[in-house]
Amino acid sequence: MTKELLTGNEVLTRGAIAAGAKLMTGYPITPTTEIMEHWAEAASQDKSLKMLQTEDEMSAGFALIGANLAGTKAFTASAGPGNVLMQDAFSMAEALRIPTVAFIMQRGGPSTGTVIYSQQEVNLTCLGGNGEGLRIVYSTSGLQDLYDYSLKAFNSAWKYRFPTFVLGDGYQAKMLSEVQIYDPREKNIETIDPTAYLLNPNKNPDEYINLRNTYNLEEELAEVLAGHRKAFQDISPEVVEYEDLHTLDAEVVIFAHGIVAAAAKEAQDFLRSKNLKVGLFRPITLSPFPVDSATQVLSHKKAVLFVESSQGQFARLVKGQLNFSCQLKVHELFEPAIGIDAQKIISKLEEILKEVQHA
Amino acid sequence: MPSNIDNLPIAWKKKSLPQKFCPGCGQAEALKILGYAIDELGIQNRTVYATDIGCSLLSWNMFDVDTIQTHHGRATPVAVGFKHARPDAVVIAFMGDGGGYAIGAQHLVNSCLRDDKITILLINNANYAMTGGQMAPTTLLGEKTTTSPDGRKIESGKPIHGPEMLKTIASEGAYLARCVSNDFEETLAYIKKALQNQIDGRGFSFVEILSMCPVNWKTDAQQSLNFIKEMEKIFPLGELKPKEKEC
Repeated sequence: MTKELLTGNEVLTRGAIAAGAKLMTGYPITPTTEIMEHWAEAASQDKSLKMLQTEDEMSAGFALIGANLAGTKAFTASAGPGNVLMQDAFSMAEALRIPTVAFIMQRGGPSTGTVIYSQQEVNLTCLGGNGEGLRIVYSTSGLQDLYDYSLKAFNSAWKYRFPTFVLGDGYQAKMLSEVQIYDPREKNIETIDPTAYLLNPNKNPDEYINLRNTYNLEEELAEVLAGHRKAFQDISPEVVEYEDLHTLDAEVVIFAHGIVAAAAKEAQDFLRSKNLKVGLFRPITLSPFPVDSATQVLSHKKAVLFVESSQGQFARLVKGQLNFSCQLKVHELFEPAIGIDAQKIISKLEEILKEVQHA
Repeated sequence: MPSNIDNLPIAWKKKSLPQKFCPGCGQAEALKILGYAIDELGIQNRTVYATDIGCSLLSWNMFDVDTIQTHHGRATPVAVGFKHARPDAVVIAFMGDGGGYAIGAQHLVNSCLRDDKITILLINNANYAMTGGQMAPTTLLGEKTTTSPDGRKIESGKPIHGPEMLKTIASEGAYLARCVSNDFEETLAYIKKALQNQIDGRGFSFVEILSMCPVNWKTDAQQSLNFIKEMEKIFPLGELKPKEKEC
């Protein structure tokens, strides 16, 4: 186990290698381009690693599916408009429960927007495509998370067979920080082996697999979807992850994810040092969402503050899954495509605390 | 006509019969020939067949080989990803003229450019058949379709010549050809050569197969044969030798 000074994109590449990924498909896009460059570098040294630079993100997504069907641990990385183009493939992966792994480092939108920072790809990553959003999405809060969750993403994808995402942002991708790099075996983390969907060497040679995502009857599709939905619900309790920081006695609870949660933690630490009762709930899995824990945290609370670098995508995701009591006052700090520092959150919380104490 | 299903390709899944294509469809014929090609090359257990959307998806369970039904235009990248992961597999991408020349044209061009060792089979029936006969890149000038009711005009472009286009970018080892599905012998020979080219690792292989579509052409048997003859004048049959490398 060593600590190394790395950029987020380097960390993600190292995570994919440590997880046993053998193929990356992709099309360069800021801020994830360096993942492909680092992978190419690694592949030039290690012939067991392959890279497929495709003509566009659609091709990257579908070639990833092709590789997964062959039983190869593979991944892609993208952002913004590239993430939009990949939704066609992720939708197919959802329909056929193919374990695609994608590192999405959000950039500002809509459209080409800005190239570095945003939290505006929450809807797209969790719910993109013409389906129900049966996807596993890990939202990372820093560079150590990028390593830990890139490792975990491959395991979750191949264990549960749902498209799996590591959702970060350009700040995390480009940032340089000290990160603990480890072999999963050092931490007794089991690595899930991939298995082929097609041409599986262990299958009965007289049986042939015909996979489809098209159906003639509404009832046929409904039955398949009910099966997928049930499977997703069944795995949710063991997949959900979150951080709950001092919410028990809190007068106001911050709900934030990703790098904004890191700023929120700094704000919380500052206010706690002044004996102000601020809690922080940070879901790590945006999908499946830790509904029970979040419900518990907000029961009997009077104020919640949603903080995010988007116009409420995360807040809507949460509100759509929880029943808020009428006593709970919902506050918002929405800054689409702009970084949010601790000071901004502190100012907002001071206002809210005044209001709460006054009431 | 033999009625015994034993005469059908071994690589056809008998329990999926009857096949779902319209009466007189040339695509079903092409897929039967593909079945014989797989039989004759003895590759049933190492073949992966990826089909596009459109009429081609009706073949999703037609074969006793491992298959995957993909999205519109995306049979090629799925096949490419599979081949990169499993170079020992024989990977076939099957599509129509929409999947190859319109919505998935970039994949066809770039796969040829990369010289991916896959085999692409493309049905050219001069229209979009699954959706009821709209204009395709292959529609002949003057040909009436539901979206060109006065006949295709030059403003919508000339009919695309796929193998000829690919010839300009293909590597030396690539195999490019065009045939017509009512010519059993030639279609079988070309498909086998295209697959053998992949098996030998020589390069990208592509066969465009002209195919009758009586339902959307609104033609009877004789008229269908006449229209295919018209198509053959526009789309010459035969093998195309890629240019020698210039780099």
